[in-house]
Amino acid sequence: MLTRWTRLGLMALTTVILATANAAGDPPAPGFSLPARGGSTIDLSQYKGQVVMINFWASWCVPCRQEMPLLDSIYKKYKPLGFTLLSVNVEPDQKDAESFLKQTPVTFPVVFDAKSKVSGLYNVQGMPTTVFVDRKGNVRLMHVSYKPGDENLYMDQIRTLLRE
Amino acid sequence: MPRSWRGGRWLVAVAAGALCILYGAPSRTDVLPEDRADVLGTYYSGGGQDITGMSVLVRKKVGDHVSLSYNHLEDIVSGASIDVRTSGASPYREKRTQDGLNGEFLYGKTTYTLGVTHSYEPDYRSNTASFGISQSMFGDLTTVSMTYHRTWNDVFKMVCLVEDPALDYHCVEKVHDPSAFNGKPEADMDERSYGVGLTQILTRNSIISANFEVITDQGWLSNPYREIVYASPSNSSGFALAPEVDPSTRTSNALGLDYKYFLPWHAALDLQYRYFEDTWHIRAQTAQIGYTQPWHNFTFDGDFRFYTQTHADFYSDLFSAADAQNFESRNRELSSFNSFTVGTGVSYEFHIPHATFLSRSTANFRIDHFLFDYKDFRDLELVDPSKGIVVGSEPLYTVQLNVMQLFFSVWY
Amino acid sequence: MSIARRIFGLTAAVGLLSQLWACSPIEPWVKPYERERLADPIMAFDRNPVSSAYMDHVIEVRSASRGGSGAAGGGCGCN
Repeated sequence: MLTRWTRLGLMALTTVILATANAAGDPPAPGFSLPARGGSTIDLSQYKGQVVMINFWASWCVPCRQEMPLLDSIYKKYKPLGFTLLSVNVEPDQKDAESFLKQTPVTFPVVFDAKSKVSGLYNVQGMPTTVFVDRKGNVRLMHVSYKPGDENLYMDQIRTLLRE
Repeated sequence: MPRSWRGGRWLVAVAAGALCILYGAPSRTDVLPEDRADVLGTYYSGGGQDITGMSVLVRKKVGDHVSLSYNHLEDIVSGASIDVRTSGASPYREKRTQDGLNGEFLYGKTTYTLGVTHSYEPDYRSNTASFGISQSMFGDLTTVSMTYHRTWNDVFKMVCLVEDPALDYHCVEKVHDPSAFNGKPEADMDERSYGVGLTQILTRNSIISANFEVITDQGWLSNPYREIVYASPSNSSGFALAPEVDPSTRTSNALGLDYKYFLPWHAALDLQYRYFEDTWHIRAQTAQIGYTQPWHNFTFDGDFRFYTQTHADFYSDLFSAADAQNFESRNRELSSFNSFTVGTGVSYEFHIPHATFLSRSTANFRIDHFLFDYKDFRDLELVDPSKGIVVGSEPLYTVQLNVMQLFFSVWY
Repeated sequence: MSIARRIFGLTAAVGLLSQLWACSPIEPWVKPYERERLADPIMAFDRNPVSSAYMDHVIEVRSASRGGSGAAGGGCGCN
């Protein structure tokens, strides 16, 4: 378990890294390991070599709910090509997320960041936030919020990263 | 000062303020209101009056940036309040209709609002145009808004042309009084309202909203049906009536605060305070506390409100003569009084079978009970010189009202 | 003080505040992913606009005060 100070230090370091991203090149995506839906644990490192799209969402966030079905079709389309979508739910209580997912089922993995550790690590600035990580494990793009039409932006970014 | 110049100065103030806000802090995309439809039925009863009403609202997003809403409401007023009874007028039934169209336009950082409302009843026509601008900033923790409303009112006075005492509502035919307003059948009243608002997220559990509004009226502000009472020893009752005369301008300031707190067991506490003052020297304060408790598919609300007001400086329950002052009113809405309201509501969320286009639907009921306790408005109906109750010594007036609401809401 | 000057003063103050916040080093202290309670419908200022508009009208018709709540005009519907 990371102490509060270690976490704060990591957060500060990540902020500095992400803030100087343009000058220093693409920063590595901070690693994490979270409990997943269904009981297992998912670690970000298990996807090294694939293109990863990390989507931070909550059931109380209207644009997050809007984009879920679209994210599912994106996942189904690009998964065979070496892509994965990792959905990070940021709510302290899983109950609301579970009841939403029962009504709007998805096929991609969902993990629970109940203590907001990972949201802090990635310095999430708005809901939803979508992070694109390339095959080498570096953050290439952070997209905040969702407007109808953004799914095209997502697909363009995924295709670019898949070609590498 | 010419009226056009006054408007110009306001435009400059708004433009400068808007520039300050728009050029200012970095901000997040705001969200348009949810699509929904509501149907409301209301029943107001008390003080000799019954008012049944209905209101329908439909709101829908058009594209990604626009949300439109349309509201239609109707009220049917029946009976006679104490003001009607003491002026000798007969019980009446009257209908008011109001239509409103409202649009919200979201462009990245800012929400613009435009609205028009038209209200019609036989003796009052009101048209309002509204404009608002709101900006969320500072990581969505703060929202700042400005609003402007402009209202044009036409006032008439109904008088009874044909009466039939055998009927409940004696008046069979009403017409406009051709000389009610200094020899004319109608008068104008204009209103301008300027508001600024601030909403601030304080903690994970709390949020506060502050709203400051300046309203200015000019034109015919007297109520054509309200009369003053003046001492008249030559009458057996000891008093006589005359039409009220209000000043032709009025400017008011109101500051309202609303604080909401999320309670750990999943409930909400609401505290409200409002301060009001105007150029008629009326001072008023409102304090309200509310509690909301969800439980399974139900949501329960309870509210308690206390209101206190001091009278306008030209108000008096009894004048010494018909022309004792330039401005005279006995309108109880301008008197000193306290009002207590207790209200409770229940909401039930349910799914309508087969209606997959609806994401949510609720059935709601609410009842509010009002007590008005007047400090300087007396119950003129209780004046009885034969029993020693002379005008000016009759008991103060109190009245209780019940307001019930039943409404259904759907979201799609 | 004239109305225009009062309003200008207020909006200028608000504008100045927003400029200060833009340059300030203070980070938003409630993160976007910590807003679940504030997003709960019971925390909305106006959960049922049609119902509250009606109550505002009833209250306004029976008293002298108006404004300060964000609600707008309408007819008289009273006597």
